[in-house]
Amino acid sequence: MKRLIIFFMLSNVSALNHACAEELFNERQAELTDLLLQDCGSCHGMTLKGSLGPAITSEALANKSEEEIFLTISNGRPGTPMPPWKNILSEADIQWLVSTLKNGVDHEKK
Amino acid sequence: MGLIMKKSSHWTSFFFLLFITTSSHAERGTGDLGVIIERATGSVQVIEHTTGTQLYEIKGLGDLSHATIVYSRDERYAFVFGRDGGLTKLDILKGEIVKRILQAGNSIGGAISQDGRLVAVSNYEPGGVRVFDSDTLELVADIPANGADGIQSKVVGLVDAPENRFVFSLYDSGEIWIADLTSPEEPEITKFTDIGHQPYDALITPDGRYYIAGLFGEDGMALLDLWHPEKGTQHILDNYGRGEKKLPVYKMPHLEGWAVAGDYAFVPAVGHNDVIVIDRKSWKQIATIPVHGQPIFVMARPDGRQMWVNFAFPDNDTLQVIDTETQKIIKTLKPGKAVLHMEFTPRGERLWTSVRDEDQVQIYATDSFEQIKSLPVKKPSGIFFTHRAHKIGL
Repeated sequence: MKRLIIFFMLSNVSALNHACAEELFNERQAELTDLLLQDCGSCHGMTLKGSLGPAITSEALANKSEEEIFLTISNGRPGTPMPPWKNILSEADIQWLVSTLKNGVDHEKK
Repeated sequence: MGLIMKKSSHWTSFFFLLFITTSSHAERGTGDLGVIIERATGSVQVIEHTTGTQLYEIKGLGDLSHATIVYSRDERYAFVFGRDGGLTKLDILKGEIVKRILQAGNSIGGAISQDGRLVAVSNYEPGGVRVFDSDTLELVADIPANGADGIQSKVVGLVDAPENRFVFSLYDSGEIWIADLTSPEEPEITKFTDIGHQPYDALITPDGRYYIAGLFGEDGMALLDLWHPEKGTQHILDNYGRGEKKLPVYKMPHLEGWAVAGDYAFVPAVGHNDVIVIDRKSWKQIATIPVHGQPIFVMARPDGRQMWVNFAFPDNDTLQVIDTETQKIIKTLKPGKAVLHMEFTPRGERLWTSVRDEDQVQIYATDSFEQIKSLPVKKPSGIFFTHRAHKIGL
């Protein structure tokens, strides 16, 4: 019985996680957009057209795979100033950033 | 008849307004004025720092993320260097744009010459320095930063130096160049190669003698004595952080406004939660001061008694004040999310700080650390007061 309860609890938690992963709350999306433009922007430019770091607009990233971008954000790029973000951002956060970068940021929204 | 009446009343109010505005312009100096960058909206605010008053908002300056400012020597005009290559000359007395040009694709900062006649801009794209007439903003000299390795390099750490020189560093090629603009049309360039890996910013001592570039790609800094350029650059602080793992760097430190007090200089460590204490005679590191996070700006109050430090993401909600004599932290403040920049009033009784995510510029008393006032400013970043006009390297 006890096991069954734990099982139900766990399955509820994972269902919740699943829902979060699929669609981050709007508030978190706003935070991440802010992080992207302001903090990523401190090296890549607020319009993401590049600065000390390269341009990361959707055009600039056209020939990079989502996986490649995911790994770069997670682990950084040794030998360059690009730091790893995996200790600060969750995988879901990074995945959301990857698709946002790939699709292009709506600057008007900010 | 009614129409004529209406017209004339319009004219009356027009002349009346003109009278008010021109007379108020004419009757004040600019010595206690300053400009605050609103980085997200391409606008700036002109403020007066005696009473903490917002005077004007000026719009239409393009991409102002990482924008910086230098002042004409009469402290009336501000030259705003935008990220998008925009160079805008503002009349801060009138609160209007005098002239605006797009001089490159991507730029990072600028400087004004010793004689005030030239404004230089450091560019990432195309990598190099462009020099303009400060009066007309006409191009005077174009200096592409083609490094010894054949790469056209991004230029960082551009400062003015005595004898109408500009000094800057080549990020990609690891070089420092001195451009002598005594004859503006024919700049004389002296190049120093192999100064170290990835210089990310630089400073010049307040006397204009030493140019020091911070290195991102290796430990230490590159030092150039401008009194003796023939001696070449010297690698200093190369033992810093040795054997310790560098933390990830989420924002590059800035070296402008570094702290000098007595025999010591204080600079932000890269990848460590420390302020480094340097002996100014030997240029050796003599201590480190552990602080709240990775420092971005380490700025001395004008009398050198205190230094104020802000921090990189994700520790950027904090300001710490260090006593330069005891080298102890004497105050920790939490102004809010994203404390980006600080500026002291000319004699240091107040500190203004921009708190980006709170849309505020906060004013603190530097003796009591009390917050005196908070001004509404949209996504503020750099704060620049006009007394910079008369300081070498600012």
